[in-house]
Amino acid sequence: MSMTPRSWILVGLLALLAAVPPVAAYFDAPFYLDLLRRVMIFAIAASSLNLILGYGGMVSFGHAAYLGIGAYAVGVLGYYGIHNGCLQWGVAIGASALVALAIGAISVRTSGIYFIMITLAFTQMLYYLGISIEEYGGDDGMRLKLRSEFDFINLNNETAFYYLVLAILAFAILLVHRLVNSRFGRVIQAARSNEARTRAIGFSPYPYRLAAFVISGALCGLAGALLVNHTAYLTPEFMNWTRSGELMFMVILGGIATSAGPLLGAAALLLLEDVLQGWSLLPKEAVRDHWQLYLGVILVLVVLFARRGLAGLLPGKNE
Amino acid sequence: MNFVLIAEQTLNGLQLGVMLFLLAAGLTLVFGIMNMVNLAHGALYMVGAYLTTFFYQQTGSYLLAVVLGLASTLVVGIVTELVALRTLYERDHLDQVLATFGLILFFNELVAILWGRAAIFSTIPDYLTGHVEFGVFRYPLYRLMIIGVGLAVAVLLWFVVSRTRLGMLIRAGASNRAMVAALGVNIRLLYTVVFGFGAALAGLAGLLAGPIYSVQPGMGELILIQVFVVIVIGGIGSIRGAFAGALIVGMVDTMGRAFLKPVLSTVLSPTAADAAGPALASMLIYLLMAVVLTFRPAGLFPAVR
Repeated sequence: MSMTPRSWILVGLLALLAAVPPVAAYFDAPFYLDLLRRVMIFAIAASSLNLILGYGGMVSFGHAAYLGIGAYAVGVLGYYGIHNGCLQWGVAIGASALVALAIGAISVRTSGIYFIMITLAFTQMLYYLGISIEEYGGDDGMRLKLRSEFDFINLNNETAFYYLVLAILAFAILLVHRLVNSRFGRVIQAARSNEARTRAIGFSPYPYRLAAFVISGALCGLAGALLVNHTAYLTPEFMNWTRSGELMFMVILGGIATSAGPLLGAAALLLLEDVLQGWSLLPKEAVRDHWQLYLGVILVLVVLFARRGLAGLLPGKNE
Repeated sequence: MNFVLIAEQTLNGLQLGVMLFLLAAGLTLVFGIMNMVNLAHGALYMVGAYLTTFFYQQTGSYLLAVVLGLASTLVVGIVTELVALRTLYERDHLDQVLATFGLILFFNELVAILWGRAAIFSTIPDYLTGHVEFGVFRYPLYRLMIIGVGLAVAVLLWFVVSRTRLGMLIRAGASNRAMVAALGVNIRLLYTVVFGFGAALAGLAGLLAGPIYSVQPGMGELILIQVFVVIVIGGIGSIRGAFAGALIVGMVDTMGRAFLKPVLSTVLSPTAADAAGPALASMLIYLLMAVVLTFRPAGLFPAVR
């Protein structure tokens, strides 16, 4: 695999992220560790969405569902005193894949606006399910008593947890990259650009699309397992439809169908949120309390005028 | 389960159904004609509820507030169309979803700035507060009025779309935009009119809903997702489908919430029914959607293209 300038930039970004913990420790600013870990977790989720949205052309407006399922898998097992990380994360991935299979089996047969509305509606269904189960805190959610326990790593060590998230992010980006450039990925991309021709040369897109949908859901479920360990708290809000919208926005903002896009988008959106909420130069009421007003305007402007996203600014061609 | 309860819940289901129809009609028209996904439709519903409540508090006259509320929602809708949405018609659905998602954030936050994040109190005038006696049971007059208004709008909409020149243009625009434009119809103006029309219907739903549900930022999205279910079940772009879908969803949702728990408790233990009843009831319309899609992928009444 030859390295393009873009791949080098991506590797550079990951190396920068790897350098953060010692620097943050030197300046005694653990806050940044926390913020960037959150960025990376959302970058994993956005990468998984990019696989089906960017390369597969499937506009899933319900990707937060798998964040929620992954989080609930860890949270519910923890609630019953099972803290084994391999088991928790395995269940998180497996359950997300199963739900993605069920939702995908129905929704992948449709396209366009139907697909958008159906994925949104099913996620809303899971959201209401989360709200109505009183045992697991209902509306309020519940605390995760202990972080997942592994033999080889202690997640209570913030730096170790940070590096684990970084490693999984690198794995996720590589996985999506390899998938997209495999025969499987070529079929998915072919079906996106012209379904009729793809059929004409003998491929039925449905099983390929469904498989991509399931892989994407499973990967996002893993991000959910990381997220609940990160926040140590679990609420149905993980599955809120606005979360799905944010994930989509990250993919678009970063640059659709690019390897670096999801990471750039997640970083840009979460750092922007952080800046808008904490900008001390501006009066508090005008910005900090109502940052979503500005975010909304920025979103509209990005969609109208900056179609290629942040990755479009990087050298080289869009993949 | 007695007759009174069933009759009451049937009317409740009908009331929710017509409410969903008012929203679904505008959304499905905008989709059918402009091929546009407008998530911000729920925001217009919210704007209608807020503005009418505001005008009622200021003027003290409910009728005046309704007229002002509808007119100003129409204006907000048209301005939004002219400023932001017009450029999106030619874009793909992904761009439309994201841009209108941005508009939702904007409107919700704007409303929170103007009226605060907490729900505001929305009242109805005295002459609408009573009950109507139906022999063995009575039903709130206001909810009956909603059913009446909803059904009247449905008839009016049917008349406009199938019997007037505007309706003819709307149907023509839905089946072949380029041809309609080539025949000399100002298609941009037609789009703006249709969008404004849809916005006013959303505003009407919002102002009717205000006194029953809570008027707060984000109220639009809660109902909008149900409206999506309505449209998917009914068939996108079809007003007939929106009407059928809305009544089905309104009825199933209301009946599920009212009767699922007692029905389940006849087969399950009381504790199990207590836990499963509400959970299942809240999922019911989505499960219905899944079943409909399995057998009729294009909905019950697909629009003829």
